[in-house]
Amino acid sequence: MTLTLTVNGTERQLELDPRVTLLDALRVHLDLTGSKKGCDHGQCGACTVLVNGRRINSCLSLAVMHDGDEITTVEGLANGKPGELQQAFVEHDGFQCGYCTPGQLCSATGMLQELAEGWPSHVSETLEGEYGLTEAEISERMSGNICRCSCYPGINAAIRQAGERA
Amino acid sequence: MSLDMKVDGKSKNRADDLAQGILGTPMDRPEGLLKVTGEALYAAEDLPGNCTFGMLVSAPAQGDVTLSNEAEIRDMPGVLAVIHDPRMVRNAAQGTMDEAPVQGVDHAAYAGQAVALVVAESFEAARHAAQSVKLGLSGEEGPIDPQAVETEESEGNRFVRGDLDKAMASAAHTVDAVYTTPSMTSAPMEPHAAVAWWDGDKVTVRASLQMLKYNRNELADCLGIDSENVRLLSPYVGGGFGSKLGISPEAVAAAIAARELGRPVRVVLHRRQMFEVVTRRSETRQHIRLAADGDGRLTGLGHEVLVSNLPDEPFSEPVTQGTHFAYPAENRLIRKEVARIHRPAAGSVRAPGEAVGVTTFEAAMDELACAAGMDPVELRLRNIPEKDPEQGIPFSSHMLEPTLREGAERFGWFDRDPELRARREGEWWIGTGMAAAFRVNILSEAQARVRLTAGGAVVETDQTDIGTGTYAILTQIAGELLGLPADKVETRLGDTDLPPGSGSGGSWGAASTGSAVWLAAMELRQRIADAMGCDEAELTLKDGQATCGNVTQPLEEILGGESLVGHGHVKPGDALEEVMQSTYGAHFAEVAVNDVTGETRVRRMLGCFAAGRILNEKTARSQCHGGMIWGIGMALTEGVTHDRRTGRMVNRDLAEYHVPVNADVPPLEVHFVEERDPWAGPMQAKGIGELGICGAGAAVLNAIHHACGVRIRDLPATPDKVLAGLLQ
Repeated sequence: MTLTLTVNGTERQLELDPRVTLLDALRVHLDLTGSKKGCDHGQCGACTVLVNGRRINSCLSLAVMHDGDEITTVEGLANGKPGELQQAFVEHDGFQCGYCTPGQLCSATGMLQELAEGWPSHVSETLEGEYGLTEAEISERMSGNICRCSCYPGINAAIRQAGERA
Repeated sequence: MSLDMKVDGKSKNRADDLAQGILGTPMDRPEGLLKVTGEALYAAEDLPGNCTFGMLVSAPAQGDVTLSNEAEIRDMPGVLAVIHDPRMVRNAAQGTMDEAPVQGVDHAAYAGQAVALVVAESFEAARHAAQSVKLGLSGEEGPIDPQAVETEESEGNRFVRGDLDKAMASAAHTVDAVYTTPSMTSAPMEPHAAVAWWDGDKVTVRASLQMLKYNRNELADCLGIDSENVRLLSPYVGGGFGSKLGISPEAVAAAIAARELGRPVRVVLHRRQMFEVVTRRSETRQHIRLAADGDGRLTGLGHEVLVSNLPDEPFSEPVTQGTHFAYPAENRLIRKEVARIHRPAAGSVRAPGEAVGVTTFEAAMDELACAAGMDPVELRLRNIPEKDPEQGIPFSSHMLEPTLREGAERFGWFDRDPELRARREGEWWIGTGMAAAFRVNILSEAQARVRLTAGGAVVETDQTDIGTGTYAILTQIAGELLGLPADKVETRLGDTDLPPGSGSGGSWGAASTGSAVWLAAMELRQRIADAMGCDEAELTLKDGQATCGNVTQPLEEILGGESLVGHGHVKPGDALEEVMQSTYGAHFAEVAVNDVTGETRVRRMLGCFAAGRILNEKTARSQCHGGMIWGIGMALTEGVTHDRRTGRMVNRDLAEYHVPVNADVPPLEVHFVEERDPWAGPMQAKGIGELGICGAGAAVLNAIHHACGVRIRDLPATPDKVLAGLLQ
């Protein structure tokens, strides 16, 4: 099937087997291997990318469902140079092996946007209002991204720093 | 030239007098930017042209294997081959095995074994075809329940002295308890993956492996070719935790298929296959007995354990490894039995031995503290041995007391009310618990090369960085010795064309390969000193300048356009027999236990650790965080359930096997107690990668007991078990 994706600002035409996931389209067909495959079942979050500004597990979505969509991957988070969040991850050691990191970064980018738009989470005390970058809010909202090296302290510190500076 | 060293005795403390001042600092990882921009390339990335895609086929049960519809599979669109080759392996090799693991796929020795590989033009076609394979399985099935078979004793683990029964009978306080831990899994984020291609008789494999020098020999042995004809590349490894110690089925299958097809083949394990075809941590049954006098001093201890593995596997979980030296007691009975059963192979998972052995033993020590009405920290302080309780040799250093005291102080341990069920907040019982941490320290043979040019230094070794911080610390070591800032040092890893390092495992990578880099750089220092006509000890190297006496010269000038190459080679020596080397620590945890649901939430956790010189304060801290969080998982959520009919892992994915996620982890504190261990080699540094998990789970379990009075001896402490205790 033929489809067009706008990936990190560039329009890409693809001719794909309909079984190809959005993740494999990026990794195998567009050679954007920054997005990672950890489980291929939406259980680990390593494949998280932004689709039209919202974070999703790209392994759970077929590429052909995204004709015309705008995709941002970890490669697109750096605009010429690494952004505030990426640098904060390095500074706070928000990773060790680095394999879940692209997913954490895309997820955190989407999460900060959700916070800014006032989306509540499971730990929010009210359904309407502004939600701060508390430890509980960050942890809850980032729990779809597993880090087996278990760098959660660094991940949360990096997100808080980048979020507060934004 | 080469600077070789066999570590027979004490090394001088040289590092503290070196001038560059980068060793030990919390320097950022030099490869960090590559990892946060997606540029670091892992095994299944950077695919060669014309690459094909393979998918392994797993047997759902034991038995003799027939592929019932092989011809149909070969005719499916895009399918290139169905590989069912006697050189394929039953399961991953054990760490440092250095030869092929059990080979052959005509018989599935356990439910979940990979028995064939389907290769196709695309991943989607290969997956579809692999899922369409019909397997016939017949013949007898081996036993799967470790409690239901005759066991064999592991002689190397046995230590018997005195009369434990008598000590128990005459003791003022005793504990006699059976602890059980389930099978656990490493679950690194990057699935095991291999991309293999041949050039004549030589095969190159990009793979996700921890110990390349051994893996190279293992793969060569599997294929029946010379090791010289195997090149492995693992520049970035997405976590290992023991599961990537040995060559694994996907790499062997990829190499065989690539030869047959004359094209590159990529094989990535499906997440569910990872649980089964690479090694699990064995389930354990542990009978622990403690006898103490009226002052809480141990007079007897027993640790008798049962673990399991497949037939013909040389590894068995060394559960009692820490027990042999942790505490003194005149009367000792330490034994291990191994059940040969047909569950997936067992092998090393982060801190094999101590991870489960120290955890249960430290829970039992908490039981003893309760029985004796004594503070648990005080109980440990009263039981610190003066020398190794079994071998009679001295400790290279013993840091349990300082880590206990500093940890207790920082945590506010002594503010606790020792009474059980003393704090309640709404539905929640609040309590605190602690445990000691022990992990043996191991040095392993390693080599490295350092090339010095006017532009800086390049460090080369086949050592891997599995997230542990190898790129950072080797850069720091070379920079410190050669007087170069970190941005003038490049570290190249993960390629068997480079000198063989120690491999990453057993916490030995940093101290072993680090020592090899140290020696290579030391050789260069000696040659620079020779060129300047002074003694190496008088030489100061800093920021690219060499100073000897009154003379300061730029390194560039001394090199005169040439490059200098140093080679370092470290081997373990007599230090192993002369002293007992270990790392030490103390864990403290505060938990809340829900009185209605039995759920446990860890509210805060603190670890205090000593492991010789800390080479990078930032990466070492992250390793400790990781270990402590694994301890939370071990205590509360992690455990494989084996189907009682087939032995198959029921919860073989990340939705059903619960590793800790962000919201499971409270604020953590990690503190290092400064120490130099002269017996640990020239850097006086010991391994830190596994210490953090040893005993961490016990601090959580002991806190649950303090909070609500429920003692969980069958890990993990899931809400159903805690609730059952609350209802009693």
